[in-house]
Amino acid sequence: MGADAVFHVEGLKKSFGQNEVLGGISLDLFAGEVTVLMGANGAGKSTLVKIVSGVYERGAGTMRLAGRAFDPQTPAEAIRAGVVTVHQNINDGVVADLDVATNLTLDRLSGKGASLLFRPANVRAEARAVADRMGLAIDLKARVSDLSLADRQMVAIARAMAHQPKVLILDEPTSSLSSAEADRLFSLIDRLRGQGVAILYISHRMSDIRRLADRIVSMRDGVVSGVFDQKPLDYEGAVNAMLGRKIHLDRVVARSSARAVFTAEGLRIAHGAKPISMTLGAGEVVAITGLVGVGKTALAETLFGVRRPLAGTMHMDGKPYAPGSAREAIATGVFLVAKDRAASGIVGGFNIERNISLPFLKRMSGLGVMKKRAERAVARRQIDELGIVCRSEKDELSALSGGNQQKVMVARWMAQASRLFILDEPFQGVDISARRDIAAKLRASADGRATLIFVTEIDEALETADRILVMSEHTIVGEHRNADIDLDRLLAEVAGGPLHSAA
Amino acid sequence: MLRDYAIRYGFIVLLVGLIAYFAIAADGFASPQSAVFIFQSVAITGVLALGVTATLVVGGFDLSIGSVATSAMMAASYAMVVLEQNAIVAVIACLVIGVIVGLINGWLIVYMRVPDLLATLGMMFLLLGLQRIPTEGRSIATGMTMPDGSVANGKFSEAFLALGRHRIDFFIPNLIPVSVVVLVVLAVLIWFFLEYTRFGRMMYAVGSNERAAELAGAPVKAYKIWAYVISGVFASIGGILLAARLGRGDIASGNNLLLDAVAAALIGYAVLGAAKPNAFGTAVGAVFVGVLLQGLTMMNAPYYTQDFVKGAVLVVALVFTFALSGRGKR
Repeated sequence: MGADAVFHVEGLKKSFGQNEVLGGISLDLFAGEVTVLMGANGAGKSTLVKIVSGVYERGAGTMRLAGRAFDPQTPAEAIRAGVVTVHQNINDGVVADLDVATNLTLDRLSGKGASLLFRPANVRAEARAVADRMGLAIDLKARVSDLSLADRQMVAIARAMAHQPKVLILDEPTSSLSSAEADRLFSLIDRLRGQGVAILYISHRMSDIRRLADRIVSMRDGVVSGVFDQKPLDYEGAVNAMLGRKIHLDRVVARSSARAVFTAEGLRIAHGAKPISMTLGAGEVVAITGLVGVGKTALAETLFGVRRPLAGTMHMDGKPYAPGSAREAIATGVFLVAKDRAASGIVGGFNIERNISLPFLKRMSGLGVMKKRAERAVARRQIDELGIVCRSEKDELSALSGGNQQKVMVARWMAQASRLFILDEPFQGVDISARRDIAAKLRASADGRATLIFVTEIDEALETADRILVMSEHTIVGEHRNADIDLDRLLAEVAGGPLHSAA
Repeated sequence: MLRDYAIRYGFIVLLVGLIAYFAIAADGFASPQSAVFIFQSVAITGVLALGVTATLVVGGFDLSIGSVATSAMMAASYAMVVLEQNAIVAVIACLVIGVIVGLINGWLIVYMRVPDLLATLGMMFLLLGLQRIPTEGRSIATGMTMPDGSVANGKFSEAFLALGRHRIDFFIPNLIPVSVVVLVVLAVLIWFFLEYTRFGRMMYAVGSNERAAELAGAPVKAYKIWAYVISGVFASIGGILLAARLGRGDIASGNNLLLDAVAAALIGYAVLGAAKPNAFGTAVGAVFVGVLLQGLTMMNAPYYTQDFVKGAVLVVALVFTFALSGRGKR
């Protein structure tokens, strides 16, 4: 292997400061094949893509394209050499205010040999040629901002293909497309495959992967953890290799709950998705696991009132529950530690104390005036409870480590008693010891409320939950009590396999 | 450590140093009358600046404050001179204008999704035009000829003029003008509101991380609209003071209000190393500009250098905020 590969990567390494992101990646891409790259968040996929596309400089290793050394210093060089990347954010690939024809030929407007004057007729002729080669049926005079997301994606890919590359990299191209739109993309990819382009396709969606993959490469923690090229492809093996299983440290003693706190009946969170029904009991910790993009955050936001369900009903303590906003959810006792603390949790201008008190200012004030002593007392108590490492409650959050920042976010919502406590990816960017602290705290304080955590990593679910639900395609496809778990069945469900069991 | 102190107290030290320098160099600078004059000169600007601080706190901006103030001035004049109403009606009319403009600004920004700078820029233009329509572009004064040929015989009520001209005894008879009292009262009010109430706290949260504030249960849209209402009302109070000082509705006045007020609020970022909008800083910023101009004037610096000096102070303050403290990026 490797001799006839169009694109060959060997021993690629990359570190940011102390943090090694890629620890020696080797990868081959073959002409006329779709190689799918799978990996959880932080596995190093985007770093790899950025090195290959000339955005980052590599730390060590070699890359060869069609037998020659490939060493792009800038994205433009990578494109000229024949490696073209369509990034995840569609709008990065197109200029919204220009028409389709100009977009398709944009890269020829600059660089060597570009003519000084802009000649619309030439541009349109060139664009027509590009569009025909791709089988693109879009009005070339339309403004890109008027196109649907799928059409924009097509334009971005067509624009990339105008360079007639040898290697095309697609970074999660379907993440914002509907399934009908995705089908159009797939037939375009089939066409390119037929033209002999080597395609690296990065995705989490199992349905995409089943439809397209000729080979699968799984990444985990900066290394390739599995290569699958025997037909039929071993999808579960690929998922397993991507999620991996470290040594099992703290298995929990699973509890079960008799009294229901929260129930959902026939909840639908996406068009075409099967309805979700579930019951969460008092005192139990339930983990919902599944790959990125299967609707975990959508479900969390639905329970928290930030998003409306398409159908179905919810009950809290037997009473109908249909929150119209986060405010209403909080008033009912439903709290959410949102995913991505930097974007949706931390208030940058506030210190620890003020970050903790944020949702409960009303309870710490009289006639609208803050009771600073009460606020400080709560902050100190929470710092103590969660073991937040800081000098004092006046520290800025930017001075804390990721793990301690996350502890502050959890402390914020544990300052008051909740009925349903939801945590969306609470262990993202958190070191092992902080993760154990948080998990232990969640379990120790679980009495009386229902606790629901959303995690991609199965390990995290196994370490924290009494019960594990598996999500795939915006619905729940499996349920496991966290004792003598059939991990093969669980992985099959994560991979969206045919082993469907009733939820 | 030294750097921390420089960031925190640098601007205050600069202000004290400036006062000390002028007290020595300029005769009569270090007198109660001079101090009062400084406050009086920045009273209207300061009130507007405190209002715009509220919009800065929620991460917005209000460019319409200057024209809200002049519109309020024209409305007060029109109410008293043309419609022959009393002071109370005139004051209420102004405040209503402030509230309505604030609500419209907030609605444009929150519900129509117009970027704050553009929405309030549009409102600024709209008001600049609107305030000229009733009198067909004339200034308003007693005895003026109306567009239909009649003569307006109403006049500014004494009670209204007192807002701009009356001085309160304070150790020295007739020392402190009402406008300065208004400035101080509003400064304390908005400072207390922003620093010590949960509403102020939430406004800062909205300005710093809107999504986090929303997920913490804050009605983000309402807070934003309120900020613009506060800004509108403060600007209209500035307009009342302006009308009371001038005693007429002068089309040409109030040109500098917007820029001066914004400058004061932005200078406020640098005070005490806050690196964020804050009421205390805004007040200090306004006084800083007042001290500098008064001192230079007393040392016979020509009037046309004033804008240059203000601009220089603003640039220095912004460097303090963004470069030295390194907290500009958030």
